[in-house]
Amino acid sequence: MSDSNNSRGMFGVSGTGDTSGYSGLERIQVTPGSSERPYGSYFDEVADDLERAYPEFADAIEKVVVDRGELTLHVKREKLVEVAKVLRDKLLFEMCMGVNGVHYPKETGRELHAVYPLLSITNNRRVRIEVTCPDSDPHIPSLVNVWAGNNWHERETFDMFGIVFDGHPALTRILMPDDWQGHPQRKDYALNGINVEYKGASQPAPDNRRAYK
Amino acid sequence: MTTFDPYASSRETTEGTVYSVTGGDWNELISEIGSQKDEKIVVNMGPQHPSTHGVLRLVLELEGETVSEIRCGIGYLHTGIEKNIEFRTWTQATTFVTRMDYLAPIFNETAYCLAVEKLLGITDQIPERASVIRVMMMELNRISSHMVALGTGALELGAMAPMFNAFREREKVLSTFEKITGLRMNMAYVRPGGVQQDLPTGTVQHVRELVKDLRIHLKDNSDLLVGNTIWMKRTEGIGYLDLAGCTTLGITGPILRSAGLPWDLRKTQPYCGYENYDFDVVTADTADVYGRFLVRVNELEQSLRIIEQACDKLDKLEGQPVMVADKKIAWPAQLAVGADGMGNSLNHIREIMGTSMESLIHHFKLVTEGFRVPAGQAYAAVESPRGELGAYAVSDGGTRPYRVHFREPSFNNLQSTSAMSEGSMVADIIGAVASIDPVMGGVDR
Repeated sequence: MSDSNNSRGMFGVSGTGDTSGYSGLERIQVTPGSSERPYGSYFDEVADDLERAYPEFADAIEKVVVDRGELTLHVKREKLVEVAKVLRDKLLFEMCMGVNGVHYPKETGRELHAVYPLLSITNNRRVRIEVTCPDSDPHIPSLVNVWAGNNWHERETFDMFGIVFDGHPALTRILMPDDWQGHPQRKDYALNGINVEYKGASQPAPDNRRAYK
Repeated sequence: MTTFDPYASSRETTEGTVYSVTGGDWNELISEIGSQKDEKIVVNMGPQHPSTHGVLRLVLELEGETVSEIRCGIGYLHTGIEKNIEFRTWTQATTFVTRMDYLAPIFNETAYCLAVEKLLGITDQIPERASVIRVMMMELNRISSHMVALGTGALELGAMAPMFNAFREREKVLSTFEKITGLRMNMAYVRPGGVQQDLPTGTVQHVRELVKDLRIHLKDNSDLLVGNTIWMKRTEGIGYLDLAGCTTLGITGPILRSAGLPWDLRKTQPYCGYENYDFDVVTADTADVYGRFLVRVNELEQSLRIIEQACDKLDKLEGQPVMVADKKIAWPAQLAVGADGMGNSLNHIREIMGTSMESLIHHFKLVTEGFRVPAGQAYAAVESPRGELGAYAVSDGGTRPYRVHFREPSFNNLQSTSAMSEGSMVADIIGAVASIDPVMGGVDR
């Protein structure tokens, strides 16, 4: 992976390549804290139902966040499959709309997040599950056995973030070429300055193709 | 044992083994296949294939003409839009997301803008006229997208005339888009806070006439195909996927509705004021290619109904704002499409260049730096022509998205290819894939 802070752009830009000249691309992360009851809307009911149906609730759910009219359950990764099964079978969240990753490099020990938006057709409800794993051990159990449709979504998240979904039937790259190095949507992966490599041939990155830079 | 691969010759290089699937010797290949006991062969369909809706690669394992296994290969159109967005302002991102599912650009923009508006907490402040324009544009777009699905779907199964009819009608819709936004496709017309500019004079009248015209001519295709014996034989019972299959695979849109479930986000979880429109959710009960075809055909009429109601609303809302009142979000210029098709506002230029330096500074800061969005995450979903299109946006409080992910219905639904077609004939894969209506720009993003 190349270091974006040392790359030089086509017009002699050094550093982040921030074209606005405003505050750079230095990112401040704000992690919302746990919400207090009552959550409002149907969220209390979902939380109550889950507590009833899943006795280990307090142990498995790290925090419950209600923000902008959306309910997010932060689940420990070891308990993810159990919680997912309860949500599917007992709380009737029949559909998982996939999974996607977010990389928070400054959250030490929980750098990689996987986010699952769930949909209940029966109750017309939505809930979001968020699971974290550290960069040093990027493993999260796969939910393909719970919602088969997560297959490609998990492959994409692996491709883009390097999160390994344990138990996935064939966790391979899906959008990038099979022999690609690195995971492009991580924050430590530069937007440009990446050489395009083919078998036996290499195409320099755009900012290295011309002599006038 | 020799490791002769009949499908690819290999040579060793310093980078590793290089396989070459071109320039093989057919005689060698045929003799090799002849010596094998079973008749299983692997065929690559695509990525350049006229029937695959773009660069979709299907790896088929065939026993005779029966397909025993299908694998999809995607990623040939991956453009890194989600990554690129992280380096642009929140407003600039609409220009990127509109290019994802290129047949449904307005839906991409609207889903994205709804997510950003949720993050900004201004969902309630969006002017009604802006929401009505969004609805009208989305339904026009649904028609143009369904016309491609129906036209190319029919062409792929060998019917030429529906393609001509469909693209003729689609062209009328695209011309209307050009009249309104200045562009036929990829308009970046829907912006966080509203829409980019108000409708040009006479648009509502034009759209009313368009609806009348479409109502007559959209029938050309359904008249050709509904109940047509050849069409029925190619589509009935093909690509079967029932409700259980749909839910476990996360399938939404016409495929889900063809399995009999009236699930349409416009009804169940309304956005942009869809609860104020009178329309029906179209379903079928056959769960096959024909059912999906019927769902799309009948959805066209429902879209026309919504557009008519939107026109009535637009008449009443004439002169109302189309952008949120907050001047820290809305761009200062009131642009209008000029004769050259470009947006312009001479009054605004006169103001910032001649009278008010503060206006100039404000304009410059807002356009180059963008507005800040409070930290948090939000998910907004719309019913696109292909199903639930979800935009997931994360902000860290800055002027650029921290992360934007699109839950693309094409990407998700394409997974059902195997479930629909394994065990069927090769020719039926074409119909099944066409009924999924995948748009590779959306699949690969």
